[in-house]
Amino acid sequence: MIRVQAEDFDIGAELEALTRGRPGVGGLASFVGLVREVSGGGSISAMTLEHYPGMTERQLERIEAEARARWPLDEVLIIHRHGRLEPGQRIVLCATTSAHRQAAFEACMFLVDWLKTKAPFWKLEASQEGARWVESRAADDDAAARWRRR
Amino acid sequence: MKVLYFAWLRDKAGVAEEEVSPPADVRTVAELARWLASRSAGHAEALGDLAVVRCAVDQDYAQPEDPVAGAAEVAFFPPVTGGQEP
Repeated sequence: MIRVQAEDFDIGAELEALTRGRPGVGGLASFVGLVREVSGGGSISAMTLEHYPGMTERQLERIEAEARARWPLDEVLIIHRHGRLEPGQRIVLCATTSAHRQAAFEACMFLVDWLKTKAPFWKLEASQEGARWVESRAADDDAAARWRRR
Repeated sequence: MKVLYFAWLRDKAGVAEEEVSPPADVRTVAELARWLASRSAGHAEALGDLAVVRCAVDQDYAQPEDPVAGAAEVAFFPPVTGGQEP
């Protein structure tokens, strides 16, 4: 299940709903991403997460399907927020349930790693020096190589 | 086709979304980017360095050499910077 939203989420309620009435589930793994105050050596007051509506959901659904193909999962939940967020606030919840812990752990890590590099989100960080778009150096290099391969 | 710009590309291009009709010799993502760059100084700044630009054609990631013929929506944006802490 994929949800992209501006609103916060209730971790306890979300995880509870994933396992309610599912006696076959033996394990639930989850990851919660938070806005960190320190970024690139500086301190931020807030960040704004921009995304590509439509494509974001499409790409997240694709990676959910990929995880389900690789591991025997019962449920997959990704809630990703967008808009203005302050340090300490929740950005993302990723949770997986399975009969056994290994599949749940591995799939959850796979989903979070994928989110980081493939989901179309961009961070605009605000600090005392003003606002700046966060650059992805490694991704820049990959992109550079792709664009040069012509 | 509809062209979308995100993050700093939108700031530089000065437009978030526009409807364009590129000439027939614009066949690939890279050719479309070059053609769009000629539309204004802001576009040129946004799309001037393709090494830091990524693209999606109809909401799927696309390569510079991928075709744009028949596409309904093409988006240009910076490399994604993730939505959660590193």
